[in-house]
Amino acid sequence: MKIQELTISKIHEGLRKKEFSALEICKTYFGEIGKKDKKISAFLTKTEDLALSQSRNIDKMISEGEDLPILAGIPCAIKDNILVEDVKCTAGSKILENYVAPYDATVIKKLKTQGAVILGKTNLDEFAMGSSTENSAFFPTKNPHDLTRVPGGSSGGSAAAVAANFCSFALGSDTGGSIRQPASFCGVVGLKPTYGAVSRYGLIAFASSLDQIGPITKTVEDCQIVFDAIKGRDEMDSTSIKTESKIQKIESKIKDLRIGVPKEYFIKGMEPEVEKVIKNAIKKYEQAGAKIEEISLPHAEYGLACYYIIAPSEASANLARYDGIKYGHSATGDKRQAASLLDVYLKSRGEGFGAEVRRRIMLGTYVLSAGYYEAYYLRAQKVRTLIKQDFDEAFKKVDLIFTPVSPTTAFKIGEKISDPLTMYLSDIFTIAVNLTGLPALSLPCGQVDGLPVGLQIIGRPFEEEKILNLGQFFQNL
Amino acid sequence: MINKQDIKHIAKLARLGLTIKEIETYQKDLSLILNYIEKLKIELPEEAKMKKKTESSSPEADISKIEPTSHSVKIENVEREDKESERQEAGSKKLMELAPETKQGFLKVKSIFK
Repeated sequence: MKIQELTISKIHEGLRKKEFSALEICKTYFGEIGKKDKKISAFLTKTEDLALSQSRNIDKMISEGEDLPILAGIPCAIKDNILVEDVKCTAGSKILENYVAPYDATVIKKLKTQGAVILGKTNLDEFAMGSSTENSAFFPTKNPHDLTRVPGGSSGGSAAAVAANFCSFALGSDTGGSIRQPASFCGVVGLKPTYGAVSRYGLIAFASSLDQIGPITKTVEDCQIVFDAIKGRDEMDSTSIKTESKIQKIESKIKDLRIGVPKEYFIKGMEPEVEKVIKNAIKKYEQAGAKIEEISLPHAEYGLACYYIIAPSEASANLARYDGIKYGHSATGDKRQAASLLDVYLKSRGEGFGAEVRRRIMLGTYVLSAGYYEAYYLRAQKVRTLIKQDFDEAFKKVDLIFTPVSPTTAFKIGEKISDPLTMYLSDIFTIAVNLTGLPALSLPCGQVDGLPVGLQIIGRPFEEEKILNLGQFFQNL
Repeated sequence: MINKQDIKHIAKLARLGLTIKEIETYQKDLSLILNYIEKLKIELPEEAKMKKKTESSSPEADISKIEPTSHSVKIENVEREDKESERQEAGSKKLMELAPETKQGFLKVKSIFK
């Protein structure tokens, strides 16, 4: 097996046994990036100097016989909306094109403490708004399985980088499916942790009540390792929560599990071949003795509309900070066109934000404006309660829920970009999980015409271990 | 369909400078999305039940008893010790370096009084 295909624990073992050095690993991955990223375009910034110096430190630790944390020397890629100190962080936007992060996000601090090696920052839809990475202000990323197709989004660069063996693992962020859908399209593992399980400090905010950082990896085992490294309560994020790690081996107990399959998720709009792959995967669990039950999530059909009120509302408030005064693109130097303070705002934001971001800011501003708040925002929050109650009810009857991640496999570049509503519909199976704060895994479970399909495993709050163990069962088959 | 005047008004509230062509595009896009979002205004199953019970004739049924959810995980009153953080000075220097225009250690804006 080639070095760049190894799992985290295999690299860790190799480093300890001195089969290769951290520097060799790092250079191997950069070699791969150099050869193939021209075609895939997963990276916005490569941090070669940082990575090489981190790798040398790890080699020094090894030669001095120090204990190696599990992520020491492991090469990773970071979605470009997560801050890495002194490295550019663009969020895929012209408005932050030259923004250099003044501090490390908490997840980055944790990775650095373990000695993980940061190879670069990956492409995304501008401010994580999109499902294809085509909304990046710089260039689209291609799917490594088929270069004419999208990698999914918004963490498309991270998912493509893992699938193309440009890194061992990557971090993404998930507001409506942005980790799970690209993981599904690229055939890799993606975890959206429970809201609050991972600190959001240093993540460029999109919709704060929905955003979560999570791992994108090659295997479920790797996913568990990275999740364990980044989770936990953080003083800098008041919504983060300390969780108990209760690793329990579930393989032997799969017979006792009750798994719910919501009937509302298997209706019109889904590609029949995708449905077949998903049903086959579910059958594997049934054969292992799990009890599969049809369940109902009666308000599922309102999820997408609810999301497209709440997320843009929060975004319009969060993105108000980009004013051309404090940092980022500014029209203030343009004496001819920006004579007043209002001109600076209008011009800086008008020039700096791309079409989709402006569309969502407009939508959010509209639904929050006087006269519309109750009809839209308040009503959406109430519907959010109903959707949450649906899941609470379901989890009284079953331990876990299985659904497809996406109704289709990776679509063609350009196919949906001119029609925002069709693009939004590609997140139809993932958004309820963000509205309810639940943890969910995207697990590669088969292919249709050479394109990967992902199974979504949804668990109760803070039961990541359970869904990961269940995913592990499938990968062991 | 949302009108051009509305679009201009929202763009101003959101502090977004739009060209005439963009105003037309957003008029079309926003109408389409809002039309989909109207789905939420369609009667929810709860409302239908409630209506049956009360035999109300109002078309907009009542979901007033349902509590709105703003965050999925309920946490209240998270506090921290009230002390200055160590990194403040070095941190603020770095932040100031990111500003497009500064004067004597302050952010500079256009004059707002004529």
